[in-house]
Amino acid sequence: MGSVTLQFLQQIVNGLSLGSIYALIALGYTMVYGIIKLINFAHGDIMMVGAYVGWFATTTLHLSFLPALVLAMMASAILGVLIERIAYKPLRNVIRIASLITAIGVSLFLEYGGMLLVTPQVRTYPPVFPDTIYNIGGIIVKYGDIVMIVTSIILMVLLHVIVQYTKIGKAMRAVSFDTEAALLMGINVNNTISATFAIGSGLAAAAGVLMGVYFNTIDPLMGIIPGLKAFVAAVLGGIGIIPGAMVGGVFLGLTESLVSGLGWSTWRDAVAFLILILVLIVKPSGLFGKNIREKV
Amino acid sequence: MGKWMNRQSLVTILGVLLIYGIVQGSIFMDVMPPFVALTLIQICIYVILSSSLNLINGITGQFSIGHAGFMAIGGYFAAIVIVKFHGPLVLALLVGAIVSAVAGFLIGLPTLRLNGDYLAIATLGLGEIVRIIFLNTEYVGGASGFSVPKTINWTWAFGLTVLSILVMRNFINSTHGRACISVRENEIAADAMGINTTKYKIIAFTLGAFFAGLAGGIYANYMYIIQPMTFSFLKSFDILVMVVLGGLGSLTGSIVGAIVMTVASAALAGLPEWRLVITAVLLVAMMIFRPTGLLGTKEFSLSFLGKKGDKNAASKN
Repeated sequence: MGSVTLQFLQQIVNGLSLGSIYALIALGYTMVYGIIKLINFAHGDIMMVGAYVGWFATTTLHLSFLPALVLAMMASAILGVLIERIAYKPLRNVIRIASLITAIGVSLFLEYGGMLLVTPQVRTYPPVFPDTIYNIGGIIVKYGDIVMIVTSIILMVLLHVIVQYTKIGKAMRAVSFDTEAALLMGINVNNTISATFAIGSGLAAAAGVLMGVYFNTIDPLMGIIPGLKAFVAAVLGGIGIIPGAMVGGVFLGLTESLVSGLGWSTWRDAVAFLILILVLIVKPSGLFGKNIREKV
Repeated sequence: MGKWMNRQSLVTILGVLLIYGIVQGSIFMDVMPPFVALTLIQICIYVILSSSLNLINGITGQFSIGHAGFMAIGGYFAAIVIVKFHGPLVLALLVGAIVSAVAGFLIGLPTLRLNGDYLAIATLGLGEIVRIIFLNTEYVGGASGFSVPKTINWTWAFGLTVLSILVMRNFINSTHGRACISVRENEIAADAMGINTTKYKIIAFTLGAFFAGLAGGIYANYMYIIQPMTFSFLKSFDILVMVVLGGLGSLTGSIVGAIVMTVASAALAGLPEWRLVITAVLLVAMMIFRPTGLLGTKEFSLSFLGKKGDKNAASKN
């Protein structure tokens, strides 16, 4: 194989790992948007909190990867529900912009409140995985890559099962389709929305722990850029559509890796936003979305 | 405007002159601490920024959160004129503002078709793209920043602020401004009444970008150095907080919001983390308890000083 092809395949592997993180975060965005039509700007910061809980669990409590992951997911799920109850719920029927501004406020609060709590200092994740490196025909695959991709796939399958085959999943789909009708059918809308936040935040926390493990360092502002990019991924796939978020996340991860691989890594963030704007202008409903005509 | 020189505008003019005179006097007498002088110039810059963002977000109802991007364009282009071409300050500020307005026009043309959340996120993305472009341009110093001589003084900053506010006030009270308000109130109804909504959205966006560029130019020529990091979306959020605090749709509200937030952040300068935590809590609490901001869409005026001073027309919407 030529070195260019090899490089290309190497970037595909890196892109898949990165993309699976984006996909996990994007799922939370898309679920929340699907159910209450709110861009939860704080979502990336919930991921950051998850990463810190994971760090705390592995360093102070000396837990191994899986228990730390579960602990982080649970803590973030609770945080997500609390944020929804305190900040978003009172604004559910007010103008949309108000809740958008609130989301920005919550995001700033988590970032800088987090900074006060854990100091702005960068923390190093302990080596949770062995440093094993697999060399498959010249392509380097780290143990971390495999764990990341496998964990993401397991979580996504789990999410799919919850959304499609459980009672709460059915309720979530119903509320997302028509909140008032769902309410009339006896669905507890408040609990369903809380469940959505809990699941979305849990997935974000998983992404946070994976990111900490993969990149080794975490800091209180780590959630901003991945959060924004995951939002791009969600829009790309069609916001509110769960498979769309997965595809969008992986697509964005791959694009970014290829752009970095070509030596333009400083333009990486700009490319992500450019994709966002192009998608919004050409097909705002995203790859998987249907166009809905606006009625008076 | 037959009653151009009524008592109310006289009082306003006198007030403006008084503020200018006191500050200029104390600078002249050398009794003004440098920190206070810096804060006063910052207030001027933020007043222009917040009122121009209000033109887009409050008056026209198009939710933009990429204002720092336009500020960056204005700042960098003004700096290029001064540093690379040794042009005069007026030309530099004008070039910065015009380039920013052109950018606003070109960006607004496709993105203003989007609404609500999508427009917000698109403008956020555009603001970041602008920042990354400057970050990667070695001609303007890249990440390390661009040094600019300090040529702005209090007279310039204050004069330009008053001028900007005057232009924006007149715009809001004009036919065009009314059309913009109608777009905010109900776009479909405005369309049905024969108002070219796209045109007015773009006018407001371009004008907002123009003044943001002007503010960026003032900033660049006062701060000695501009860095791409300054113009991140946190700056856009700062401006947004001022607009929201003062009241979306109230020009005087934006002025009050800018003054309050700048003074508050100057007071909390030693505790930068606390500053943003307080901002955040304020923002959330504000939205929950008083989503219209301090003034709502009303205008603060000194009409009670005049004899039955006729109310500012913009407060009746």
